[in-house]
Amino acid sequence: MSEQQRKTQRKKDESEELIETEKIDSSHKDQLDDDVDAILDDIDAVLEENAEEFVRGFVQKGGE
Amino acid sequence: MTVHRVQGSEVEYGISVSGQPHANPMVASTRIVQSYAHERGLSRRAHWDYQEETPLHDARGFTMGRETAHPSQLTDEDLGLANVILTNGARFYVDHAHPEYSSPEVTSPLDIVRWEKAGERIMAQAAIYASQAEPSAPILLYKNNIDNKGASYGSHENYLVARSVPFQTLVSGLMPFLVSRQILCGSGRVGRQQDGSVHAFQISQRADYIETEVGLETTLKRPIVNTRDEPHADPAVYRRLHLIIGDANMAQTAIFIKHATTSLMLALIESGRPYKPIVLGNAVRAVHDISHDPELRATVSLSDGRQLTALDLQWSHFEAVTEFLKDQEQDWQTQLAMSTWENLLTKLGQDPAQCFGEIDWITKLHLLNRYRDRDNLEWSDPTLHLVDLQYHDIRPDRGVFHRLATAGRIPTLVSDNDITSAMSEPPTDTRAYFRGRCLAKFSASISAASWDSVIMDLPGRTSLLRIPTIDPLRGTQDHVKALFDEHDTVDSFVAALTDQ
Repeated sequence: MSEQQRKTQRKKDESEELIETEKIDSSHKDQLDDDVDAILDDIDAVLEENAEEFVRGFVQKGGE
Repeated sequence: MTVHRVQGSEVEYGISVSGQPHANPMVASTRIVQSYAHERGLSRRAHWDYQEETPLHDARGFTMGRETAHPSQLTDEDLGLANVILTNGARFYVDHAHPEYSSPEVTSPLDIVRWEKAGERIMAQAAIYASQAEPSAPILLYKNNIDNKGASYGSHENYLVARSVPFQTLVSGLMPFLVSRQILCGSGRVGRQQDGSVHAFQISQRADYIETEVGLETTLKRPIVNTRDEPHADPAVYRRLHLIIGDANMAQTAIFIKHATTSLMLALIESGRPYKPIVLGNAVRAVHDISHDPELRATVSLSDGRQLTALDLQWSHFEAVTEFLKDQEQDWQTQLAMSTWENLLTKLGQDPAQCFGEIDWITKLHLLNRYRDRDNLEWSDPTLHLVDLQYHDIRPDRGVFHRLATAGRIPTLVSDNDITSAMSEPPTDTRAYFRGRCLAKFSASISAASWDSVIMDLPGRTSLLRIPTIDPLRGTQDHVKALFDEHDTVDSFVAALTDQ
């Protein structure tokens, strides 16, 4: 195999590898989104009622 | 070189009384501390001994006049607020308008995780006790740093550092590291500007409250590096580096990596080994700019004109430490710190979402983005602000972080059992062991205590006996366990101790 061929071959391998990595990444991401979406209902159930009033009422004094 | 070093953390919790937005926070904080002390049978509550507290001593070599200090800086004046020393060696007290848990002194980042998480459980348990005592006014506690309306409260780190390192060397060596480490240990915030008036997400809770590079204050003009020179150890040998820039973290990995990487940077600086220094053009602006870009593309200017991202800065510090460690034997926790640091930076560069559960701001942002997608919400929406706040709610059944943990989405480093036992047991390898065991075994005879002392009120003696504990690495289990085991009365314990 010539130097040029090796380079091309390596490039091809790399690009295939890249595609493979992207596939893994996007499936990982979808899996994470699905997992988190499945928890949203649980979180909805524990969130304080009337978000606007609750957030407005959370007033702290500075500390330290 | 190692990740091991004497260190501690202090966390002030946000507090509110359910349904009573105007309730007095000092009263509520006092209820938290006193309910816990009462329920835990701390029969005689030992006072805090302020003798060694010098909050106006500046590490740059001068002392601020008391008359020019802001009243909030006079932290050595006992205001009669609740103050308890726990059997795990921690201090649990009211600081201004917040309940605060100061961890016992520990010697490693994993032990910080263990005793800081134990503090969270102590707070949660205290809130249950306080609410049982006064059911009409249940108290809610948040391990965060802001109310998003202008107020901020701290979560501070303390590291014991060799006094032989000039303070300026410490400051300049740490600055670019501290400015950029928020990408690992920021807790995330919906809102920009101190008052939250700009609707957007940012990486750090504290960033917008940082106003100067170096300073003595912690309540106004907050600095990246605090100069309080109060070593709580032999001042000829040590200083205590007091950092106030950090966010309160929920994720164990975030707490671990914050303390681990900072400890490693301190070891590198202490070694005196020269490494290529990085000088920022404007460190305070860099803190803000990095925090304001969750895409991690923001660059900061160096004094030589280069532009680097926070990731670039962190990689260069990682490489400097790697180079330094190359020829040295490493203990396993140092290896864990280095592999975790590398792993997180790699994931941040490729796909930050992979740090879900390990880095708080990414966990929070990802969750918020799922809400935004599902319900089509703008950053101004109160629901997103509520999720941001309730992420830090420490109740296991209501806190958003805790719901994620229950669902198995949060990796842990310290076991549940180890955290539970740390609620009452002190670390075995620092003076916290002596303090904690004294409180556990002779609580009725302990008049006061502090980081540097235990003061005993002995039967038949008119004066109090002050036992100094100035060396953080003495009074360990190895040193004094046998004494505690052998002596069941405080008299014979003290006699044996003072004979030694």
